[in-house]
Amino acid sequence: MIWQALTLQLGYNATLVTIGAMLIGIAAGVTGTFLFLRKRALVSDAISHATLPGVGLAFIVMVALGGDGRNLAGLLIGSALTAAAGLACVQWLTLRTRLAEDSAIGAVLSVFFGFGVVLLTVIQTMESGRQAGLDGLLLGSTAGMLLSDAILIAVGGAVTLALTLLWRRPMILVAFDPDFAAASGLNIRLVDFATMALVMAVTVIGLKIVGLILIVALLIIPPVTARFWTDDTAHVWQLSGVVGGLSGFVGAAISASAPDLPTGPIIVLTSFALFTLSLFLAPNRGVMAAILRHVQFQRRVHLRQGLLALAQSQPIFERYTVKLLEREGLARADGVATDSGRARAAKALRDEKRWEVLRALPDQEATAALYDGLREIETVVTRDQLAEIDALIPQPAGVPS
Amino acid sequence: MSGAEFVPLSLPPILIGVFAAIACALPGNFLVLRRQALIGDAISHVVLPGIVVAFLITGTVSTWPMMIGAALAAFVAVILIEAIRRLGRIEPGAAMGVVFTAMFAGGVLLLERSDTSSVHLDVEHALMGNLESLIWLDAFGWSSLFDLEALAGLPDELPRIFVTMLGVIAFIWLFWRPLKISTFDEGFAQVMGMPTNALGLALVAVSALAAVAAFDAVGSIIVIAMFICPPAAARLVTDRLGRQVGWSALFAALSAVLGYVLAGYGPIWLGGQDSVSAAGMIATVSGLILAIAALFGPCRRGGRA
Repeated sequence: MIWQALTLQLGYNATLVTIGAMLIGIAAGVTGTFLFLRKRALVSDAISHATLPGVGLAFIVMVALGGDGRNLAGLLIGSALTAAAGLACVQWLTLRTRLAEDSAIGAVLSVFFGFGVVLLTVIQTMESGRQAGLDGLLLGSTAGMLLSDAILIAVGGAVTLALTLLWRRPMILVAFDPDFAAASGLNIRLVDFATMALVMAVTVIGLKIVGLILIVALLIIPPVTARFWTDDTAHVWQLSGVVGGLSGFVGAAISASAPDLPTGPIIVLTSFALFTLSLFLAPNRGVMAAILRHVQFQRRVHLRQGLLALAQSQPIFERYTVKLLEREGLARADGVATDSGRARAAKALRDEKRWEVLRALPDQEATAALYDGLREIETVVTRDQLAEIDALIPQPAGVPS
Repeated sequence: MSGAEFVPLSLPPILIGVFAAIACALPGNFLVLRRQALIGDAISHVVLPGIVVAFLITGTVSTWPMMIGAALAAFVAVILIEAIRRLGRIEPGAAMGVVFTAMFAGGVLLLERSDTSSVHLDVEHALMGNLESLIWLDAFGWSSLFDLEALAGLPDELPRIFVTMLGVIAFIWLFWRPLKISTFDEGFAQVMGMPTNALGLALVAVSALAAVAAFDAVGSIIVIAMFICPPAAARLVTDRLGRQVGWSALFAALSAVLGYVLAGYGPIWLGGQDSVSAAGMIATVSGLILAIAALFGPCRRGGRA
């Protein structure tokens, strides 16, 4: 079943939904990257919650005009309008009052959502509202989706994605270096506006599949995941798009493969699984890499200190150090140095002395700053300099050579 | 309206609403000033999986396991956010967004997969609460307030949220000075030898406690709205922290009373018959109060915070 879903063989509707989810996932991942890099990830939370009153109002208006209140296109237009109003409120509160952006986001999110809930209860009491199914938009539902809805979502996702790709260059520039972007003649407010418009588009189109409470996950989790793998912006947005698209595709497919698997949460959990994998496995920034780095560092410190102790015939009490020396064939289990151990120890002590001399030289200050007790001195000075340093080390005197 | 109708049907929900609103608004003052306003948002999302897991383990919809589950979930979320922030070097907002959406999604999935059709446990209920259902059937009028037998029949939520509110007040009263100093000047507080990290954590813990207790009674919309709107409005009205806290409590109580009354009687005044969601209306009223403060508040500009 799951393979059929993944290979798009579960019927026309399921296929459209899966493709639509993938397109929205890619668009959300790419757009979300710019929000994330501007450190405004949670603005999307306010936008998505602010769609609810729009849905309610659109339903009421459409019924009042004698139409079908459940027309998805109408609901989405309504939700876009109040989402824009919510975003405007956040901007206004942040710019015109002394409230910080997080307070503005929280206020708009809760008030708009609260008002939306009021409207939903109004709709429930309306004649035609009994089976409105608007609460499906809270958590997304693809069950019983009309073909026209699926087409709307797929086309909407494709258009949003195309616009995102079209505008990506100015958005990258502004996300990374707003000052430079302004200096090179970009209208920052316009670019920010375009970013927000795309975020709104993603939210509104994702409403039916992912639901308004969870759509923010698609805007936040993929960029955060992508950030683990690369430091290069161009790669962050590409990877983020891939993560988002993969989450949308796999999530929608899994959800289509069995009943009782709500699409929105499954898509979010798929992307969270990718995030968790990245958190642990990513090179450089991942947890495993950090642990590995730490272990290696510990090893080098112990080995170095052990060698210095051997050279000065001091006893080694640290078990781990002895074990390391033994494993490298530098010492026996009782802590007595082997031949190669003695040689390495002598070199370690001599290098320590060389460092000491080097650090006393005023003109070598920059090099001396590299001293951390682990670095091999040959890697920071030339052979000639090393000879000069050796000349400064006091030689044994008063004994026949 | 007569006491015979008001006392059993409207008094308990109004009192619960007021207590819940104040319990959330008081710590909200500090969260808003510390730019941690969205913690309330995050906590009220992650409470859902906690409650569902508690239900799956115990098999009943009883209060204490659910409260414990919710508190544990909030705790797990705070740890996860902190871990992701540090391990991945990710900005707090994004780390929060990752954690609460994923945990909420997990909660929804668990709810859908498990057989909860026999019990009253669903996402809408968690979001919107059920303030209207908290009625006091044993009351017959104002005189019941002095009747011990009738008082025993009060909805459990009322004493619980009342005690929570007292606990929150006690915390803020006891730690007023350290809280104030560490909120405005963390560096100075550290120099004075105050454990600012522990204090910040305690504030989050108290907020989580208030959120969980209020969530149980009134649903998560009110929780988020009350954490932010009344303190934010109060912030635009005064420059003094003491007065701000006072104003925020007043705004919170006003939102709860006005919101409940408008939800219950507003539609009737407008010629309708059915009431609308009280939780949604309370959040809406608190938003209107904030809007008025943002337009006319004497301290609406000035230093950012």
